[in-house]
Amino acid sequence: MDKTILPLHVTDLAFSAGGTNLIDGISFALEAGPRTIVLGPNGAGKSLLLRLCHGLIAPSSGEVTWAGANESRGGSDPARRQAMVFQRPVMLRRSVSANVEYALGLRGVSKNARQAQIDEVLSRTGLQRFARTPARVLSFGEQQKLALARAWALNPQVLFLDEPTASLDPAGTRAVEQIIAAIQSGGTKIIMTTHDLGQARRLGDEILFLHQGKLIEKTEAQSFFERPASNLGQAFLNGDLLW
Amino acid sequence: MSDFAAAFSSAVSLIVGLDAGLAEIVLLSLRISLSAVFIATLGAATAIFRFPGRMGIVVVLNALMGLPPVVVGLIVYLLLSRAGPFGVLGLLFTPTAMIIAQAVLIFPIIAALTRQVVEDLWEEYSEQLQSLGATPARAMPTLLWDARFSLLTSILAGFGRASAEVGAVMIVGGNIDHVTRVMTTAIALEVSKGDLALALGLGMILIALSLGVTGAAFVIREAARG
Repeated sequence: MDKTILPLHVTDLAFSAGGTNLIDGISFALEAGPRTIVLGPNGAGKSLLLRLCHGLIAPSSGEVTWAGANESRGGSDPARRQAMVFQRPVMLRRSVSANVEYALGLRGVSKNARQAQIDEVLSRTGLQRFARTPARVLSFGEQQKLALARAWALNPQVLFLDEPTASLDPAGTRAVEQIIAAIQSGGTKIIMTTHDLGQARRLGDEILFLHQGKLIEKTEAQSFFERPASNLGQAFLNGDLLW
Repeated sequence: MSDFAAAFSSAVSLIVGLDAGLAEIVLLSLRISLSAVFIATLGAATAIFRFPGRMGIVVVLNALMGLPPVVVGLIVYLLLSRAGPFGVLGLLFTPTAMIIAQAVLIFPIIAALTRQVVEDLWEEYSEQLQSLGATPARAMPTLLWDARFSLLTSILAGFGRASAEVGAVMIVGGNIDHVTRVMTTAIALEVSKGDLALALGLGMILIALSLGVTGAAFVIREAARG
């Protein structure tokens, strides 16, 4: 088993564009295990925070530190132990199975080993019958399942999910949530954004509540929903507008 | 009208009878235009790399998409003529000179369209590829492969322009019988000579070729979309 890249330490993280602080001095630490839900209204900076943590965007200031990242070159590259699923699934213009294979190839999985892993994730996500179908003709819900399967195949220690069910119907949402739970049960740390309170209740073990680029509170999920520590958190739960 | 009908019927008999003179002209045309497309496509690959001054090049490329063939012909003529910098190569009035002129003519079209296609796809793919750990060197073949059908269309646009133009190949090729006579230059000549049958026959083949090529591309695209 690889060395763990967790905990993740985020220190005074800030990101600004055009003179606006979109992420404003956020610090927290995330341990392996509990499912972390990044919650907040639209424009709170949830997706941006995920991208900064995943390394897709460089912060204006502050640090994102993974355990073991500063060790000697023998240590595993933290970026290779993470995966991300986006709100709009990005499907390569090739077959379902080739989409998964492409990801495995990038992570250096040998050609002989790929097929077994592809078959496994496709059957786990119920996509086996589409293996040869061009990915882009799948329905939106199936595309999102494929995006999850592709991430799952990489067996990441940390999986980022950016509103993965925002455009799905209830059945599609349920299927995606089941897959996320299955991925987590294999030991993958889930870090997911949502603005859907029901989903946050169903999936969350701990809540990072964001508002206007600031971390308002980091609370264990049950206590957040019963007694949020902040007035903003209470207002969000009540459905009051936050601007 | 009867002139037209007579010309049409003898054009058909030239085509059906696989007239040797006609075939020679058609094959030379194809050879020159396809070679030009090949060279211009290789050149267009440079358009997708990032380098200093790229923005300026992009603007120039877009402007040159409408380059007048006779001007290209004139410039290539000057470069290849005896007194020109490449005169020593002795390429003027050879098929090679025609390939060069057509490649210069269609390079901006293929390059500009390729750049646009690849850039649009990169917009869509960049975060996902970055997340999967693709380096820029690894991402490039992915983009080219996934954009293959759109790229085919831009290459066809180049082929269409190359095979249809007359000004550049006339100037640098000289329309020499059995050497540098292609379909477009032959049509221009035969019309001025009054041999409408051969001109019309060539015209019909030219149109059929371009229909065939675009039709094939359409079929490939549709098949790929599945």
